[in-house]
Amino acid sequence: MFVLPSLVMMVAFIAGPLAAVMVQSFQQTQDVFETVEQEQCDPFGCTTTQVTRPQLDDEGLPITITKWVGWENYRVLLDGKSVRAAFSDAGQGFRDLTDIDFYGALRFTLTFTLLTLPLVIVVGLVLALAVNALQKRVRGPIIFVTLLPFIITPVIGALSIRWLFIGDGILTAALERLTQRDIAMFAQGWTIELLMLFYRVWHVAPFAFVIFYAALQTVERDKVEAAIVDGASRFQNLRYVIIPHLMPLIVFVALIHLMDSYRVFDEIIGFRAEAFRISLQWLTFDFLIPDDTGNRSIGRASASAVLTMIGIMIILVPLLRNTWKEHRRG
Amino acid sequence: MIKRLFVGVIGLVILVAGVAWAECGFQNDIPLASLSNSFESWKVVTDAMAECGNFTAELDQNFSQKQPAAMAANPSQYAIGGVSNSTLVPLLSDGLVRPLDDLVAEYGQDLAPSQLIKVDGQTMAIAMQVNAQHLMYRRDVLEALDIAVPTTYDEVLAAAEKIQASGLVDYPLGGTYAAGWNLGEEFVNMYLGMGGMFFAEDNMPAINNEQGVAALEMMKSLTSYMDPEFLTADSTYVQQQFQQGQIAMANLWATRAGAMDNAEESEVVGLVEFAAAPAAVPGGPPATTLWWDGMTVATNISDAAADAAFRLMMEGLSFDVLSANPDTAIWLSSGQIESRIAVGAVESARGGAPSYPASNVMGLLHTAAGNNIADFLTGSESAEATLADIEAEYTAAAKEAGLID
Repeated sequence: MFVLPSLVMMVAFIAGPLAAVMVQSFQQTQDVFETVEQEQCDPFGCTTTQVTRPQLDDEGLPITITKWVGWENYRVLLDGKSVRAAFSDAGQGFRDLTDIDFYGALRFTLTFTLLTLPLVIVVGLVLALAVNALQKRVRGPIIFVTLLPFIITPVIGALSIRWLFIGDGILTAALERLTQRDIAMFAQGWTIELLMLFYRVWHVAPFAFVIFYAALQTVERDKVEAAIVDGASRFQNLRYVIIPHLMPLIVFVALIHLMDSYRVFDEIIGFRAEAFRISLQWLTFDFLIPDDTGNRSIGRASASAVLTMIGIMIILVPLLRNTWKEHRRG
Repeated sequence: MIKRLFVGVIGLVILVAGVAWAECGFQNDIPLASLSNSFESWKVVTDAMAECGNFTAELDQNFSQKQPAAMAANPSQYAIGGVSNSTLVPLLSDGLVRPLDDLVAEYGQDLAPSQLIKVDGQTMAIAMQVNAQHLMYRRDVLEALDIAVPTTYDEVLAAAEKIQASGLVDYPLGGTYAAGWNLGEEFVNMYLGMGGMFFAEDNMPAINNEQGVAALEMMKSLTSYMDPEFLTADSTYVQQQFQQGQIAMANLWATRAGAMDNAEESEVVGLVEFAAAPAAVPGGPPATTLWWDGMTVATNISDAAADAAFRLMMEGLSFDVLSANPDTAIWLSSGQIESRIAVGAVESARGGAPSYPASNVMGLLHTAAGNNIADFLTGSESAEATLADIEAEYTAAAKEAGLID
């Protein structure tokens, strides 16, 4: 009985929209168009052209029809024909594959997720161990300063890093002076990708740090001291006592990070990377955003969103399976 | 003493109020709102409208994303919608803006005929300014190197080569080549300049041809004289490059011309001159498209509100307001407004530059071009493959929208 309100909310705000997106990914909603000859006059003169425009009903609203299209949205998105062409004799294989929007986005999203994961955990752990080794008095201020990158709004953080490097930004100018050559960080894909990876690690490592630091407070001193008495080195202590103690939380941080970074989006916008690198989430956004004349692709946006969700599930499977096994054993 | 002070205060109040009244011809009693782009010119016009009272203006770069939905509400969230060639299309096709002929007859005596945007004979919008991308160049740099003002893109390339060799600026050229809408617009300009047509019968795309390849090749040649980060360069970025003396030439929007002489931001005050957009082929029209910006009145509001909205618009577009800000925009008005910045757009129009061919299919093609051309400019795809990609993306989107079978 007590869970009822929360259950209602879950259905209304999570399950409902999710089902709607799934349904929409198999549908297309279109205006009913008519082609008419239309004369239009503007400050530059009058022209008469063939115009394809929606038919309006009696109340002046556009008539729309919604039809089931099966896997059509997925088919267009996954573009099997171009994939086959890329791997045919004339194609360039992987290079052509990543020129197709969906696969380029998938490639970047996976690289981004899998490269930042170990970095975030290692940096977070090192920070936690370092702060833990400090004197109690200075810990407070240091923790506060370390947390700052995590507090900054993601888009603002991305923008400020972009401004440091764009054109003759401060850091680019400094790098140019150091290396004595002209550097343009936003002129090719791999430098932007590097900046985005760096930014994400900078932004999220403090989160890992806080979790690990809290857990370090619960390491039993006796165990550590016993290990030292037994002749364990610092490294062995870390490897066999502290890390096993932190393991459930490392898995937790990894889970959260995988889910978050598979939905990478802010970086693409903040770094204005879409000419070079796009992510799956950005692709969904791009389908959804109407152009100047009001067109948008809800069907493909839904298909892309569903595929993103499936991707997250797949990427989480190994970790969840491990946790489940531990749980059963425990 | 106190009495004298009191009288003085009263006098002051009357003076201030008197000024406020003098600014506007009538007192507006109906709460009205507008949604438009955020150019400086929109600020000028909506500020003048606000002086009539009960009016709030929303200036937003992304206005086009919320306008159709907000004006489809009943009553419409905005009585007045600021539009351009392309953003008028969705409002028009969904029947969200009302014909203005009656209101023009009643209140629009001061409008020039060219300000009336007519569709099948009905006035659907009132244009207030003209905008176009045209050549801006550093007079001092061209004079120092004894280069004549280029009239074709081949001349632009030759001039860029000389400027590069001289080292007078960081990069000879600038360009609004940011992936997305900007890059799409550059392609539209160049392709039309090459004499291309976008569509065949039944909205089928027709850009994978000689002119398409020529347009892409020319764009690529130009980028080799630009800041290598050109794929992130939007209008503001190029404007700043000019203001900081980094570039010598660019095909930039007329709305940015005034900023060149803004002493607070610009290091090149008085040094930037304007001319027609260069032609893509010798003897051809300037490779640019002409745009207008203007105002519409929502269908879903009461007639009384529409009446008040139109009178507000006329206040905002009055000769006094526009002529007080001659270098903010190329204003459309029945009166004569002298402006230094108009020459580029006027020369482009005189040279036969077409107006932007706005339509729903063009919107899709424009987006597809903006999303795919970066692949060609970075060298990862050939021109033909890029054009084929644009056509494929357009076809997929048009099919999904129901625009082609």
